[in-house]
Amino acid sequence: MNGTVNTDAISGAPSRLSNAAVDKNVFDHVHSWLVTVDHKKLGLMYIMYGLLFFVVGGIEACLIRIQLAVPNNHFLPPQVFNQFFTMHGTTMVFFVGMPLIFGFANYLVPLMIGARDLAFPRLNAFGFWLTVFGGLLLYFSYIGGDGMSGAGSAPDVGWFAYAPLTARAFSKGHSTDYWILGILVSGLGSIATAANVVTTILCMRCRGMTLTKMPLLAWMNLIMCGMVLIAVSPLTAAQIMLLLDRFVGSHFFDTQDGGSAVLWMHFFWIFGHPEVYILVIPAFAIASEVIPVFSRKAIFGYPVMVGATLAIAFVSLSVWAHHMFTIGMTSTSNTFFAVSTMMVGIPTGIKIFNWLGTMWGGKLRFDTPMLFSIAFLFQFLIAGLTGIMLGAAPFDWQLNDSYFVIAHFHYVLVGSIVFMIFAGIYYWFPKATGRLLSERLGKWHFWLFLIGFHMTFDTMHIPGVLGMPRRIYTYEANRGWGTLNLICSLGAAVQAIGTVFLILNILISLRKGRLAGNDPWDAWTLEWSTTSPPPEYNFAEIPTVKSRRPLWDIKHPTDPDWKYE
Amino acid sequence: MLTLISAQQGLGAGGKIDPALVPSIFAPESVPAHSISNLAFLVLAITAAIFVVVAGLLVYAVIRFRCRADDDGMEPAQIYGSGPVEAAWTTVPFLIVAVLTLSTARVIQEIQDAHEPAAAVDVQVIGHQWWWEIRYPKLGIVTANELHVPVSQGARRLPTFLDLRSADVVHSFWVPRLAGKTDLIPNKVNSMWIEPERTGLFLGQCAKYCGTQHAKMLLRVYVDTPEEFDRWVSQQQKPASEDSTEAAGRLVFQRTACINCHAIRGTVADGRFGPDLTHLMSRDTLGSGALDNSPQDLRAWINSPNQFKPGALMPAMNLNAADLDQLVAYLTTLR
Amino acid sequence: MNAALATDSLPDTRWAPPKGVVGMSCLIIAESAIFTIFVVAYLYYLGKDLGGPTPRQVLELPILNSICLLSSSATITFAVRALRKGDAKRFGLWWAITIALGAYFLLGTGWEWRHLIRDKGLTIRTNLFGTTFYSLVGLHASHVVVGLLALLIVMAFSITGSLKQEHADRAHVLSLYWHFVDAVWVIVFTVVYIIGR
Repeated sequence: MNGTVNTDAISGAPSRLSNAAVDKNVFDHVHSWLVTVDHKKLGLMYIMYGLLFFVVGGIEACLIRIQLAVPNNHFLPPQVFNQFFTMHGTTMVFFVGMPLIFGFANYLVPLMIGARDLAFPRLNAFGFWLTVFGGLLLYFSYIGGDGMSGAGSAPDVGWFAYAPLTARAFSKGHSTDYWILGILVSGLGSIATAANVVTTILCMRCRGMTLTKMPLLAWMNLIMCGMVLIAVSPLTAAQIMLLLDRFVGSHFFDTQDGGSAVLWMHFFWIFGHPEVYILVIPAFAIASEVIPVFSRKAIFGYPVMVGATLAIAFVSLSVWAHHMFTIGMTSTSNTFFAVSTMMVGIPTGIKIFNWLGTMWGGKLRFDTPMLFSIAFLFQFLIAGLTGIMLGAAPFDWQLNDSYFVIAHFHYVLVGSIVFMIFAGIYYWFPKATGRLLSERLGKWHFWLFLIGFHMTFDTMHIPGVLGMPRRIYTYEANRGWGTLNLICSLGAAVQAIGTVFLILNILISLRKGRLAGNDPWDAWTLEWSTTSPPPEYNFAEIPTVKSRRPLWDIKHPTDPDWKYE
Repeated sequence: MLTLISAQQGLGAGGKIDPALVPSIFAPESVPAHSISNLAFLVLAITAAIFVVVAGLLVYAVIRFRCRADDDGMEPAQIYGSGPVEAAWTTVPFLIVAVLTLSTARVIQEIQDAHEPAAAVDVQVIGHQWWWEIRYPKLGIVTANELHVPVSQGARRLPTFLDLRSADVVHSFWVPRLAGKTDLIPNKVNSMWIEPERTGLFLGQCAKYCGTQHAKMLLRVYVDTPEEFDRWVSQQQKPASEDSTEAAGRLVFQRTACINCHAIRGTVADGRFGPDLTHLMSRDTLGSGALDNSPQDLRAWINSPNQFKPGALMPAMNLNAADLDQLVAYLTTLR
Repeated sequence: MNAALATDSLPDTRWAPPKGVVGMSCLIIAESAIFTIFVVAYLYYLGKDLGGPTPRQVLELPILNSICLLSSSATITFAVRALRKGDAKRFGLWWAITIALGAYFLLGTGWEWRHLIRDKGLTIRTNLFGTTFYSLVGLHASHVVVGLLALLIVMAFSITGSLKQEHADRAHVLSLYWHFVDAVWVIVFTVVYIIGR
C-alpha cells in the first residue's frame, strides 16, 4: 500500500549500513549484545532467554509425563519427580512467562508509542541481567543445593512452597535457599523493568498520542506493569521473611514456635493470583493487536477494552484466597472470595465478546498468528468457564489440588498465554529480523501443538474429577486413572514435536525466510512504519499521530480513523 | 509407546479397576458430597450453555467472515464499537454471576455451618509425614490410616465429625465420594463432616503436597453398619493381646528402637511418631497404603521400608533373620 | 517524512510528567507494598507470642529519634528549594543537616537494639515479637541506610562544587525517596510503638 512506500524513506539506509559490520568478529558481536542498553536487543534477549527456559521446563514436563504415563511406574524416584514439578512450575512462571512478556513489552512498547527507547535504558539492562541471574541461581541448585547435610540438590517444595515444608526442619540443604534467592532476584528485576515501562508509557508517547489514542498493547502493558509493582512486591517481602527464617532463625512461618502456615499462603497468593493476570494481560495485548489486523477491522469497543482490563486488574487483587478454599476459612470469607472470583468473569467475558465483535463482519485472513489467536479465544473461553467452576467454593473443595486444577491453569498458561506468545512471535518476527517465518512450518507447528495441547489438557480434567490429586509421583492401578494419564502423556509428546517445528522454523527462516519489508501484514500501528529490523534509534523523525491507527490514516487518506474516534 | 498402550490395556483387562473404588466426585455417597455434586451439576449446566453460545458464535464468525478467494481487496466496513451491544453483554454475565453466587453461598452455608448432632461420632485426624493418625477421643481408640465410621441410614442420622490437625506440615483430607477436602494445618484446628449413606470401602488420599512420599499417603474409609461398627469399636478398645508363645518377638520389639516411635497399649511401647500398633492386624494395609498387610509383606516392610516407600521416615532396623521372624510372629498376634 | 504522519496543524496536547518523578513513584508504590506485608505480619502476630518479653515490657517511645527523622523531611525540602534558586552553599548546609538528622536516627535505632539485645535479651529468635519487630524496624532502617548513602553521594558532589542549579530536579527525585522513608516511619511508629504497645 502507499503507506509502505512513504515510510521506507524514513530510515532504511542507515540501518543497513550499521548492520553490515564488516570487520566485527564474533566476540565483538557477543560483546555488543552483552553491554547493550537498546530496548530492542534487550527485548530479543528476554524472548530468547524465555524460549530457552521454555525448552528446559518443557523437558521437565515431558519427564513428569513419562513417569505418570502408567500406574506404579519406576521411571523417576519420588525425590527427583518432586524436584521436577517444582522446577517446572517455578521455571515456567518466573523464567519463561515473565521474561517473555517483558521481552514483548521491551521490544514493542517504544516502537508502538513512537519513542526511541525506554525511559531508563540502563535500568532496563539491569533488570534483564537480574532476571538472568535469578534463573542461573535457581538452576545452580542442581550443583550447589546439597549443602553440608548432603540433602537436597534441586528444590522439591512445590512452586508455591507452602510453609512449613520450607522450614529448615523439613527442607535441609540449600536447595530451597536457591529457590528463594532465584525468585527474589528475578522479582527485583521485574519490578525495575515494570517501573521502566510505566514511566516510558506515561512520559514518552509521541506527539498526538494521548492516552486514549494509545495502541491497546501499550495500555495493557501499562496495566500489567502497574500490577507487577503492587503484586510482585508482596512475594519479595514474603521471600525476605522466609530467608530470615532459614538463616537467622526468626519464626514468621515456623509453626513450632507459633508461626503461621496460613500467613505464607496469604502472602504467596496475594502475589500468586495477580501473577496469573500479569501473565495473561500481555497475551490479551497481543490478541488485541493481531485479531484486528487479520480481521481487517478496528478493534471493537476500544474504551470498553481498556476499562475491562482495568477492572480485571482491580478485581484480581481481591480474589487471592480462592486458592485457599480448603484451609478452613469461615463461611463468610469463603462466600466473599467465591463472589469476587466470579466477578472477574464479567470483564473477562466482555473482552472475549469484543474480540468476537472485532472479527464480526471482517475479512478474516488465516495466517499463523491469526490461527493461534482463534485457538486462544476458544481455549481462553474454556479456561474461564472451568475457572468459574473452581470459583464455586464447594465445587472447589472437591477440585482443589486435583488434576482438574492442573488442567484449568494449563488452559490459561499454555492454551492462552503460550498460544498468544506464539502468535506474537509469528506476527513480529518479520519486524525484528526482516524475514517472515515460514507459513508452511508455522501451520505444522500450529496444528501439532493444538492437537497435542487438547490431547493432554482436555483429558487431564477427568482424572481430577476421578479423585487424582496433583503432585503425586505415582498412583495405584485400581483407581481408573491409567488410560487417561497415558493419553495426557502422548499429547505431551505431540506438543514437544510441535515445538521442534517452531525452533526449526526460527532457525531456517532467519537465513532463508521471505524478506518482509516494512509492513508485511498491512498493519496499522507505528512499529510497521519503520524498517525491519528497525534502526537503533527506531524512527529517524519522531512520528506524530492523530488516531489509534496512524498507518490506517496514511493508507486511507480519504477516510481516516480520527474522523470517528 | 505401543508397549505402553498394551501394558495399559493389560491392566485394564485384568479387571483391576473396580468401579466402586474409583474415587469419583460425581459418585457421591455422603450428604456433603451430594450437595457439592448437585451444585457442580448446576454450575456445569450453566457453563456448558455459555460455552455452546460463545463457541458457536466464534465458529460461525470464523466460517462466515473468512476472506474468500474472490475477495475484491476492499477493506470491510470499520465499526469502532456499539454502546447498546456492550451494555447487553455486560448485563447478561452479571445476571449469570448473580445466580451462581447465590446458589454457591447456599451450599457453603449448608455444609460449613451445619451443627453437630449429639449422636455424631467424633474423630480426630492428625496428619503426619506420610500417614494418618486417627483417634476417637470419646471411645478411647487410636488407630492409623484406616477410618471406620457408621453408615447413616433411615431415620437414625449418624454423621461423623472430623477434627483435623497436623503434626508437621500441611496435609489435606480428601475422600472424594464422601466430602470435599479440608486441609490439616499445623497450629490450626480444622473440622469437616461426612455422613455416608451406603456401606463399603471408600478410597482417598492426601491432597496437599507434603513432601517426598505425598503420593503414598493413602486413606481408606470403611463405612460399616451400626452393628459392625460397634463390634469394631469394642475390638479396638481391648488392650493388645498377650500371646505368651510370642514373648521372644515382643522382647525384640521392646529391645530395639521400635518403641521410640510406635505404641502398643498395655506395654512399655508408647511412641507417637509412628502409627499405633495395638491392633495392627485389624488393618488391611501397611505404610499408609504402600502395601497390603500380610505376614510376608510385613516382614519385607520392616526389613526395608524404603524399598516400598522411598524416603519414608521409618528406618530399616537391620535385624537378623531370626529376630525378624520372631518380631513378625509377635506383631501378627496384634489383632 | 510523509504528510499524514506529521500533521503540523496538530497542537501538542501532551502533558508528560518528569520521568524521574514517575520512576520514583513506581519504586515507592512497590516499596509500599513490601512494607504493607511486613506491617500485616506485625499486626497478625501481635500478642501471639509463646513467651516473653512483650512489647509493653521492653519498648520505649523513640520520641527524639522520630522528631529528628521527620524534621529531616523539612530540611531536605529547604535544600532542594535552595538548589532550584541556584544557592549551592545554602543547599550544602541544609543537605548536611538532613544527613546528620538521618544519621542520628540510625544511631538511635542502633542504641535501642543494643539495649534490647544486651539488657532485655530480645533477639530475632526469641519470640514472634522479636521476629516481627527486628524485621519491620530493620527493613525501615535499611531504607534509611540506602537513603543516607544516596544523600552522601550528592553531598560529595556538592562539596566538590560540581552540583549546579540544573541538578535540582534530580535532587528533588531523591528527596521524594527520603520523604517516603519518613512517611513509612510514621506508620512503623504507629504500628510498633502505639498500637503494638
